[in-house]
Amino acid sequence: MNIDKKQQGTQLTISLSGRLDTTTAPQLEGELKHSINGVTDLTLDFEKLEYISSAGLRVLLAAQKVMNKQGEMVVRHVNETIMEVFEITGFSDILTIE
Amino acid sequence: MQVLIVEAKLENIPRVTDFVNDSLEALGCPMKVCMQIDIAIDEIMSNIVRYAYGENIGKAEIKVEVTEQPQSVVITFIDSGVPYDPLKAADPDITLSAEERQIGGLGVYMVKKSMDEVEYKYKDGQNILMITKSFGK
Repeated sequence: MNIDKKQQGTQLTISLSGRLDTTTAPQLEGELKHSINGVTDLTLDFEKLEYISSAGLRVLLAAQKVMNKQGEMVVRHVNETIMEVFEITGFSDILTIE
Repeated sequence: MQVLIVEAKLENIPRVTDFVNDSLEALGCPMKVCMQIDIAIDEIMSNIVRYAYGENIGKAEIKVEVTEQPQSVVITFIDSGVPYDPLKAADPDITLSAEERQIGGLGVYMVKKSMDEVEYKYKDGQNILMITKSFGK
Protein backbone atom coordinates (compact mmCIF):
# COMPACT_ATOMS: atom_id res chain seq x y z
CA MET A 1 0.00 0.00 0.00
CA ASN A 2 1.10 3.54 -0.70
CA ILE A 3 0.07 6.60 1.25
CA ASP A 4 0.02 10.02 -0.35
CA LYS A 5 -0.51 12.99 1.91
CA LYS A 6 -1.54 16.55 1.16
CA GLN A 7 -2.00 19.15 3.86
CA GLN A 8 -3.31 22.69 3.56
CA GLY A 9 -3.71 24.39 6.89
CA THR A 10 -6.06 22.21 8.90
CA GLN A 11 -7.24 20.26 5.85
CA LEU A 12 -5.59 16.91 5.32
CA THR A 13 -6.11 14.59 2.36
CA ILE A 14 -4.72 11.09 2.51
CA SER A 15 -4.83 9.05 -0.70
CA LEU A 16 -4.31 5.34 -0.47
CA SER A 17 -3.37 2.88 -3.18
CA GLY A 18 -3.16 -0.89 -2.97
CA ARG A 19 -4.71 -2.93 -0.17
CA LEU A 20 -5.67 -1.86 3.31
CA ASP A 21 -5.35 -5.11 5.26
CA THR A 22 -3.62 -6.74 8.22
CA THR A 23 -0.13 -6.13 6.88
CA THR A 24 -0.66 -2.55 5.70
CA ALA A 25 -3.19 -1.11 8.20
CA PRO A 26 -0.43 -0.30 10.75
CA GLN A 27 1.12 2.07 8.16
CA LEU A 28 -2.07 4.10 7.93
CA GLU A 29 -2.53 3.98 11.69
CA GLY A 30 1.00 5.36 12.14
CA GLU A 31 0.47 8.06 9.52
CA LEU A 32 -2.78 9.22 11.13
CA LYS A 33 -1.32 9.20 14.62
CA HIS A 34 1.48 11.36 13.31
CA SER A 35 -0.59 13.88 11.35
CA ILE A 36 -4.20 14.01 12.60
CA ASN A 37 -3.45 16.45 15.40
CA GLY A 38 -5.17 19.81 14.75
CA VAL A 39 -6.82 18.62 11.53
CA THR A 40 -10.44 19.78 11.13
CA ASP A 41 -11.14 18.35 7.66
CA LEU A 42 -9.83 14.89 6.94
CA THR A 43 -10.41 13.39 3.49
CA LEU A 44 -9.51 9.81 2.73
CA ASP A 45 -9.29 9.24 -0.99
CA PHE A 46 -9.80 5.57 -1.91
CA GLU A 47 -9.71 5.99 -5.69
CA LYS A 48 -6.71 3.68 -6.02
CA LEU A 49 -7.51 1.42 -3.09
CA GLU A 50 -8.40 -2.13 -4.14
CA TYR A 51 -9.94 -3.52 -0.98
CA ILE A 52 -10.17 -3.23 2.78
CA SER A 53 -10.30 -5.89 5.49
CA SER A 54 -11.37 -5.62 9.14
CA ALA A 55 -7.86 -4.50 10.11
CA GLY A 56 -8.41 -1.45 7.88
CA LEU A 57 -11.89 -0.89 9.30
CA ARG A 58 -10.37 -0.74 12.77
CA VAL A 59 -8.12 2.15 11.70
CA LEU A 60 -10.99 3.97 9.96
CA LEU A 61 -13.14 3.66 13.07
CA ALA A 62 -10.38 5.07 15.27
CA ALA A 63 -9.91 8.00 12.85
CA GLN A 64 -13.66 8.64 12.73
CA LYS A 65 -13.79 8.77 16.54
CA VAL A 66 -10.99 11.32 16.66
CA MET A 67 -12.57 13.41 13.90
CA ASN A 68 -15.99 13.32 15.59
CA LYS A 69 -14.33 15.38 18.32
CA GLN A 70 -12.30 17.78 16.22
CA GLY A 71 -13.94 18.18 12.84
CA GLU A 72 -15.11 16.16 9.85
CA MET A 73 -13.96 13.09 8.02
CA VAL A 74 -14.98 12.17 4.49
CA VAL A 75 -14.19 9.04 2.50
CA ARG A 76 -14.09 9.55 -1.27
CA HIS A 77 -14.06 7.45 -4.44
CA VAL A 78 -15.00 4.13 -2.86
CA ASN A 79 -15.05 1.18 -5.29
CA GLU A 80 -17.75 -1.49 -5.41
CA THR A 81 -15.87 -4.08 -3.35
CA ILE A 82 -15.07 -1.61 -0.58
CA MET A 83 -18.62 -0.21 -0.62
CA GLU A 84 -19.92 -3.73 -0.10
CA VAL A 85 -17.60 -4.15 2.89
CA PHE A 86 -18.92 -0.88 4.33
CA GLU A 87 -22.50 -2.01 3.81
CA ILE A 88 -22.04 -5.51 5.24
CA THR A 89 -20.38 -4.14 8.37
CA GLY A 90 -22.65 -1.14 8.89
CA PHE A 91 -19.72 1.22 8.31
CA SER A 92 -21.80 2.92 5.61
CA ASP A 93 -23.81 4.41 8.51
CA ILE A 94 -20.77 5.45 10.53
CA LEU A 95 -18.67 7.00 7.77
CA THR A 96 -19.43 9.93 5.49
CA ILE A 97 -18.93 8.49 2.02
CA GLU A 98 -18.93 10.76 -1.02
CA MET B 1 -5.26 -29.46 -5.68
CA GLN B 2 -2.57 -26.95 -4.81
CA VAL B 3 -1.02 -26.92 -1.35
CA LEU B 4 1.06 -24.27 0.38
CA ILE B 5 2.61 -24.58 3.82
CA VAL B 6 3.86 -21.41 5.51
CA GLU B 7 4.84 -20.34 8.97
CA ALA B 8 1.78 -18.68 10.49
CA LYS B 9 3.13 -15.12 10.61
CA LEU B 10 1.44 -11.89 9.59
CA GLU B 11 4.15 -11.12 7.05
CA ASN B 12 3.39 -14.39 5.24
CA ILE B 13 -0.22 -13.46 4.49
CA PRO B 14 0.68 -11.86 1.11
CA ARG B 15 2.34 -15.15 0.10
CA VAL B 16 -0.89 -16.98 0.79
CA THR B 17 -2.87 -14.37 -1.15
CA ASP B 18 -0.53 -14.65 -4.15
CA PHE B 19 -0.67 -18.43 -4.02
CA VAL B 20 -4.47 -18.51 -4.06
CA ASN B 21 -4.71 -15.75 -6.68
CA ASP B 22 -2.55 -17.79 -9.07
CA SER B 23 -5.21 -20.51 -9.08
CA LEU B 24 -8.05 -18.01 -9.31
CA GLU B 25 -6.52 -16.16 -12.23
CA ALA B 26 -6.05 -19.40 -14.13
CA LEU B 27 -9.80 -19.92 -13.75
CA GLY B 28 -10.69 -16.44 -14.93
CA CYS B 29 -12.18 -15.49 -11.58
CA PRO B 30 -13.96 -12.10 -11.75
CA MET B 31 -11.95 -9.37 -10.04
CA LYS B 32 -14.64 -8.62 -7.48
CA VAL B 33 -14.83 -12.26 -6.35
CA CYS B 34 -11.03 -12.43 -6.25
CA MET B 35 -10.94 -9.43 -3.93
CA GLN B 36 -13.63 -10.90 -1.68
CA ILE B 37 -11.51 -14.04 -1.42
CA ASP B 38 -8.38 -11.96 -0.73
CA ILE B 39 -10.22 -10.24 2.13
CA ALA B 40 -11.33 -13.63 3.49
CA ILE B 41 -7.72 -14.86 3.39
CA ASP B 42 -6.58 -11.79 5.33
CA GLU B 43 -9.24 -12.33 8.01
CA ILE B 44 -8.69 -16.07 8.38
CA MET B 45 -4.88 -15.98 8.31
CA SER B 46 -4.66 -13.13 10.80
CA ASN B 47 -6.96 -15.09 13.13
CA ILE B 48 -4.72 -18.15 12.86
CA VAL B 49 -1.62 -16.07 13.62
CA ARG B 50 -3.25 -14.35 16.60
CA TYR B 51 -5.34 -17.08 18.18
CA ALA B 52 -4.13 -20.50 17.10
CA TYR B 53 -0.53 -20.19 18.16
CA GLY B 54 -0.44 -17.17 20.45
CA GLU B 55 3.18 -16.27 21.16
CA ASN B 56 4.49 -19.35 19.37
CA ILE B 57 4.97 -19.78 15.67
CA GLY B 58 3.41 -22.76 14.00
CA LYS B 59 2.56 -23.83 10.51
CA ALA B 60 -0.48 -23.08 8.42
CA GLU B 61 -1.43 -25.26 5.50
CA ILE B 62 -3.55 -23.83 2.70
CA LYS B 63 -5.21 -26.03 0.11
CA VAL B 64 -6.90 -24.72 -2.99
CA GLU B 65 -9.28 -26.88 -4.99
CA VAL B 66 -11.04 -25.57 -8.04
CA THR B 67 -13.89 -27.02 -10.02
CA GLU B 68 -14.75 -25.98 -13.54
CA GLN B 69 -18.42 -26.91 -13.70
CA PRO B 70 -19.78 -24.95 -11.98
CA GLN B 71 -16.81 -22.65 -11.52
CA SER B 72 -15.98 -22.56 -7.85
CA VAL B 73 -13.10 -22.64 -5.46
CA VAL B 74 -12.72 -24.36 -2.09
CA ILE B 75 -9.94 -23.06 0.13
CA THR B 76 -9.01 -24.99 3.27
CA PHE B 77 -6.93 -23.48 6.08
CA ILE B 78 -5.36 -25.94 8.51
CA ASP B 79 -3.39 -25.20 11.65
CA SER B 80 -2.29 -27.25 14.65
CA GLY B 81 -2.86 -24.57 17.27
CA VAL B 82 -5.35 -24.47 20.11
CA PRO B 83 -8.90 -25.41 19.12
CA TYR B 84 -10.55 -22.25 17.87
CA ASP B 85 -13.92 -22.14 16.16
CA PRO B 86 -14.30 -18.68 14.63
CA LEU B 87 -17.90 -19.44 13.64
CA LYS B 88 -18.98 -19.83 17.25
CA ALA B 89 -18.74 -16.12 18.04
CA ALA B 90 -21.96 -14.13 17.97
CA ASP B 91 -22.38 -11.81 14.99
CA PRO B 92 -21.38 -8.24 15.82
CA ASP B 93 -24.00 -5.53 16.22
CA ILE B 94 -23.51 -3.56 13.02
CA THR B 95 -26.04 -0.87 13.94
CA LEU B 96 -24.01 0.74 16.72
CA SER B 97 -22.53 4.22 16.40
CA ALA B 98 -18.80 4.86 16.04
CA GLU B 99 -18.44 5.48 19.77
CA GLU B 100 -20.15 2.23 20.75
CA ARG B 101 -18.49 0.05 18.12
CA GLN B 102 -16.32 -2.96 18.83
CA ILE B 103 -14.19 -4.28 16.00
CA GLY B 104 -13.96 -7.82 17.33
CA GLY B 105 -15.81 -10.35 15.23
CA LEU B 106 -16.19 -8.14 12.15
CA GLY B 107 -13.63 -10.07 10.13
CA VAL B 108 -15.29 -13.45 10.53
CA TYR B 109 -18.67 -11.84 9.94
CA MET B 110 -17.41 -10.42 6.62
CA VAL B 111 -16.15 -13.86 5.60
CA LYS B 112 -19.51 -15.45 6.43
CA LYS B 113 -21.36 -12.80 4.43
CA SER B 114 -19.13 -12.81 1.35
CA MET B 115 -18.47 -16.55 0.92
CA ASP B 116 -21.08 -19.12 -0.11
CA GLU B 117 -20.10 -21.60 2.61
CA VAL B 118 -17.85 -21.50 5.64
CA GLU B 119 -17.24 -24.69 7.57
CA TYR B 120 -15.15 -25.38 10.64
CA LYS B 121 -14.06 -28.64 12.20
CA TYR B 122 -11.46 -29.73 14.71
CA LYS B 123 -9.95 -33.06 13.83
CA ASP B 124 -6.78 -34.91 14.86
CA GLY B 125 -5.45 -31.88 16.71
CA GLN B 126 -6.06 -29.54 13.79
CA ASN B 127 -8.31 -26.57 13.17
CA ILE B 128 -9.76 -26.96 9.70
CA LEU B 129 -11.62 -24.03 8.17
CA MET B 130 -13.05 -24.41 4.71
CA ILE B 131 -14.50 -21.65 2.56
CA THR B 132 -16.36 -22.13 -0.71
CA LYS B 133 -17.10 -19.52 -3.31
CA SER B 134 -18.65 -20.06 -6.69
CA PHE B 135 -18.44 -17.55 -9.48
CA GLY B 136 -19.96 -19.35 -12.42
CA LYS B 137 -22.88 -17.79 -14.20
